[in-house]
Amino acid sequence: MIWQWVLFVAMGVLIVMSFITPAPQQQIGESSRIFYYHIPQAWLAVVAFATSMIYSIRYLKRREASLDDRAAIANALGLVFAILATVTGAMFAKVTWGTYWNWDPRQTSIFVLLLIYGAYFSLRGAVTGDERRAAMSAVYSIFAFPPAVFLMFVFPRLTPSLHPSDTIVDKNMKFAMTTDVASILFGSLVLFTVLYIWMFNLAARVYKMERARREDD
Amino acid sequence: MAGVSSTHRVYIATMYRLSASELTKRFGSRKVFSGITFDVMTGEVLAIVGPNGSGKSTLLMTILGELRPSKGTVVFADDRGVLTEADVQRTTSLVSPYLNLYDSLSGEENLVFFSQVAGAQITGKEVNALLERVGLEGRGPDLVRAYSSGMKQRLKYALALMNEPQYLFLDEPTSNLDESGKKIVYDIVEEYREKAVVVIATNEQEDQRFASQFCRLGS
Amino acid sequence: MPVNSAGLVAKTIAVYAKDVRLEFRNRYATSVVLMFAITTLAMISFSIGQGSLAPRLLAALFWIALFFSAMAGLSAAFVREEESGTALALRLKADPTAVYLGKLLFNLTLLSLVTVVVTPLFFVMTDAATDQIGAFVVVLLLGVIGLCAATTLVGAIISKAAVKGALFSVLSFPILITLLLMLVAATARVLDGQSFGGILMELQGLFAYSVVMITASLMLFRFVWRE
Repeated sequence: MIWQWVLFVAMGVLIVMSFITPAPQQQIGESSRIFYYHIPQAWLAVVAFATSMIYSIRYLKRREASLDDRAAIANALGLVFAILATVTGAMFAKVTWGTYWNWDPRQTSIFVLLLIYGAYFSLRGAVTGDERRAAMSAVYSIFAFPPAVFLMFVFPRLTPSLHPSDTIVDKNMKFAMTTDVASILFGSLVLFTVLYIWMFNLAARVYKMERARREDD
Repeated sequence: MAGVSSTHRVYIATMYRLSASELTKRFGSRKVFSGITFDVMTGEVLAIVGPNGSGKSTLLMTILGELRPSKGTVVFADDRGVLTEADVQRTTSLVSPYLNLYDSLSGEENLVFFSQVAGAQITGKEVNALLERVGLEGRGPDLVRAYSSGMKQRLKYALALMNEPQYLFLDEPTSNLDESGKKIVYDIVEEYREKAVVVIATNEQEDQRFASQFCRLGS
Repeated sequence: MPVNSAGLVAKTIAVYAKDVRLEFRNRYATSVVLMFAITTLAMISFSIGQGSLAPRLLAALFWIALFFSAMAGLSAAFVREEESGTALALRLKADPTAVYLGKLLFNLTLLSLVTVVVTPLFFVMTDAATDQIGAFVVVLLLGVIGLCAATTLVGAIISKAAVKGALFSVLSFPILITLLLMLVAATARVLDGQSFGGILMELQGLFAYSVVMITASLMLFRFVWRE
């Protein structure tokens, strides 16, 4: 259990560092600190979405209930991180652009991700029978992937956007961050990802135990 | 497709086989049946018997691949080996209360549609012969909606015999049928017990007299 | 999947012809979808009143009307099979690919019919106009194909669920947003007087969308159908 303590301490250091170092983006100012949190959250929302798709494919191939559990868990975690990313994004938008929501392409794509997560769980609630529920939600997870990827990665580049995209790499494709900012951001990405993996495995164990108990009855 | 089924008749000696080993089906935590094992060949009749709710239909659906077994395997095979999914589909027929035909198509249209969709092309003469066989002569052009429940059951037999099945699955074969309907069914079973694997799920004593093997559920 | 392309066309046509025949006899979907489309159009027209709208807004309203019509009718193809209990017979006898393609064709026919009714009414009611008829028709066609490409499989999924009507829109909408954004952008430009040259990127996107969604549906359909 030692690494959980390491994670705990590292997260603490990260949070402190994110506030005592100079603001990452001089023009935007103090509010730009939110990107240390916003970017990892958005990243994990996308990672969770992809994880769920991969476990869905594996479920349809192998038909093991534990794979369906993992697809559902990934989506549940994805929903949490997508909500966090939406909220932090909207706060940032209010401070810098004056409105919480303006259908910026990035906002559109995270909104669609939220809708997909919501639809996924509505579907799970509406299908009876464990195997049928697993198969239907797996198919939906896979089917929703291509249009969402298009929306997330292609669409924002086709449409003019206010979203800062030159914070990490500037317009000349040069690294635009100071070493301090880069190390905090990448530290945050790594730590949040470790946190995600931990939550994921924990939930998978809980689901497994619950099913074992149900089958014992 | 019609050509394929006639080649099968050339190999008069082709024996078809249906075997199940240790089949178990559970819905959630409820176990419907477990440890079902049997092995039947062309020329044999397997009767699945048991009280209402003992899982006879569920077992049939599991054998047919409509439901996935929780444990165990089902194998369809002929002399040359295990049949492909498409071969099983082509050589199998089912008559069941759960199998419905299209209400707003006529009897004839139903038969023609299901033969087309299976990749065959049935002739008007064949349709009439099938309808006559099940005692529906002259009723072919009527919509199925206007059929009585016994007539619908007869039409299901016409559909089941259309592909000259090597595996004939009958779930409650004589339900809704009058005496003449029952006689038609027993004639069909009498004929197909010689040339196909027949599986009957039933409670009727009279249906069970054909059985060469029994599979008892819910005891 | 048992890849048996021999006769796939004939089998697909058999499924399609059966569905068309059932639809002619019962009009399960057609009347509902048409009435839905007309209701939506009337509501749009009411709310606009006398003023004329910017092309972008017109385009959005037009596709909203078609989206809702699609949501009202395109799930019928599979829901009907499950509810009438005929899906079992079809599963036992038919090649799943032929079933999917037949239903896709049926949905295309239904939505095309709606589009043919809705489009002239829309132009009349909103006083929209374009001289780029060719480009408009191509966008329309790609839109109809895209809507059917995405929703036919979703229709198959919801036919297995306990709640059907609302779920169909809930599941379809997130998948369709990508399509609708491209359609609105392309339609707006066409209503603004631009020809094929101005909407080339959208046309490519629309085409790619349909290809991807139909391919994915063909791969995934048997998992839904055999469940």
